[in-house]
Amino acid sequence: MKELRLMKGNEALAEAAIRAGADAYFGYPITPQSEVIEYLMANRPEDRTGMVVLQAESEIAAINMVYGAAGCGKKAITTSSSPGISLKQEGLSYIAGAELPCVVANVVRGGPGLGTIQPSQSDYFQSVKGGGHGDYKLIVLAPNSVQEIVDFTRLAFELAFKYRNPVMIQSDGIIGQMMEKVELFEQIPRVEPDYDWATLGRKNGKPATFITSLQLQAEEQEKVNLRLQAKYREVEKNEVRYETYKCDDAEYLLTAFGSCARITRKAMEMARDKGYKVGLLRPQTLYPFPVDAFNKLAEQVKGILSVEMNAGQMIEDVKLAVNGKTKVEHFGRFGGMIPSPDEILNALEQKIIGG
Amino acid sequence: MSENLIKPENLVYKKTDAMTDRVLHYCPGCGHGTAHRILAEVIDEMGIQNETIGVAPVGCSVLAYYYFNVDMQEAAHGRAPAVATGIKRVFPEKYVFTYQGDGDLAAIGTAETLHACNRGENILIVFINNGIYGMTGGQMAPTTLAGMKSSTSPFGRDIKTMGSPLKMTELVAQLPGTYFVTRQAVHKPGNVRKTKRAIKKAMEYQKLNKGTCFVEIVSNCPSNWKMTPVQSNKWMEENMFPYYPLGDIKVPEEK
Repeated sequence: MKELRLMKGNEALAEAAIRAGADAYFGYPITPQSEVIEYLMANRPEDRTGMVVLQAESEIAAINMVYGAAGCGKKAITTSSSPGISLKQEGLSYIAGAELPCVVANVVRGGPGLGTIQPSQSDYFQSVKGGGHGDYKLIVLAPNSVQEIVDFTRLAFELAFKYRNPVMIQSDGIIGQMMEKVELFEQIPRVEPDYDWATLGRKNGKPATFITSLQLQAEEQEKVNLRLQAKYREVEKNEVRYETYKCDDAEYLLTAFGSCARITRKAMEMARDKGYKVGLLRPQTLYPFPVDAFNKLAEQVKGILSVEMNAGQMIEDVKLAVNGKTKVEHFGRFGGMIPSPDEILNALEQKIIGG
Repeated sequence: MSENLIKPENLVYKKTDAMTDRVLHYCPGCGHGTAHRILAEVIDEMGIQNETIGVAPVGCSVLAYYYFNVDMQEAAHGRAPAVATGIKRVFPEKYVFTYQGDGDLAAIGTAETLHACNRGENILIVFINNGIYGMTGGQMAPTTLAGMKSSTSPFGRDIKTMGSPLKMTELVAQLPGTYFVTRQAVHKPGNVRKTKRAIKKAMEYQKLNKGTCFVEIVSNCPSNWKMTPVQSNKWMEENMFPYYPLGDIKVPEEK
């Protein structure tokens, strides 16, 4: 039977983590995501499933606790918001380098610096282009509803273990704080890890396992990088996810992700009401980016407006994808401001349709 | 071959299975080799090789996972106690230890160390204190003695600008979360035996779930102190031990 609930995005993420069979959550309070750890502490997942929940002394400690648990083959997750995610970058780089699976959620708020506690999408570069040191990639999922928070939390663990790679759920202050009806999936049982790469305690007769991101010889470190790059090509081949709305006859294309895509969809409908043939492409994975979908639509449309709650970040990937085939412009509000459908429609008319 | 020549009843010393056959990269006269060896012997003697997970630091012992024949994770600089927390929380039945130097534990990892100890994580922390950054080439550590020269304190550590050497072991002993806290050395056979006893006790205490066990080993760094191994041990006794006195700092109350 369907289990429907009215839930806040952050609480839904916490509930979905428990139901996804997570073994451990390590986190640190920060607005606007503190409900995740509050929900977990209140719901006593140690009694429900045996899941460990621990409030760490810092974001840095939390991500390193995730490293330790992930190294044991366990399903580990941490969540934070932008300034805290900055602190986790060291750990993320090590986790990516050591090829460990884990899930990290960023409930993005406006920056830079301490910034604001209002929603933003200004961590796109940080999530998609690296953030920490070295050549590595996170798989980045961008939910646009509380339902997708739940679905993507489950998916994130699957992808993390499929590729032994950290997966980022890039939410924001809107999705994290708003309440929506959500259908929850049934409890997935926790499993005892049995992976040859994990530190489970030495098996009799087998050589010891160690987890590291260190290679002192450059030749060896290059091999590690080549292996990582091969993995990322697989991710790009298999895991691109996106949605299109009314793109079949579109002459103009709007693109946006996450909460901003919902506002942009309204703007698209308003544009349609005015007689413009406008479609919307919503990337659900920011990495891997839906390059082919953009490339194909670029043949058809007269221009693309990338609507973002930042000063223009995803637009760079859109431009790379369409490779000059069509005009690409950006419209954004930032620093915690949210664009209105009117503003977006106005920008579309001025920058793309009339421009 | 030698095994065939030596009768079991005459065997007085043998390689411990908890160490691999890899050649240690440590400098001649360095205490790390001995510290590794006795920790490995304890694991061997307790028969917990398959139940132990270690965490290596960043510093001279960054490659410790090559030498211990147990499952290990390599942590980011200073983060070993957090990594060990993650391991122990998901595997509470396992024996978990960190092996860290003074830069790792007492500088960049101070917060992780204090909070792991304060939570009373049931892990063993082995802390090698030689008062200097070894791997990076002899820079000043938080534990560098007042007036002691290093490559970043070429005229000697000035405590007016750099503060006094940090006594982490006394600090963590103040925390209710620690169960057994001791400071030892490995430069003489008697000290080696004492240190091994301390490590064994600390490992055994881990099963009691009473809190963090913390074993500091005051050690030498001939290369970066720019001394011969013998000189460095003498210097350590004359200069390090007065500031870092050996002995138990916190022992469990006997019933």
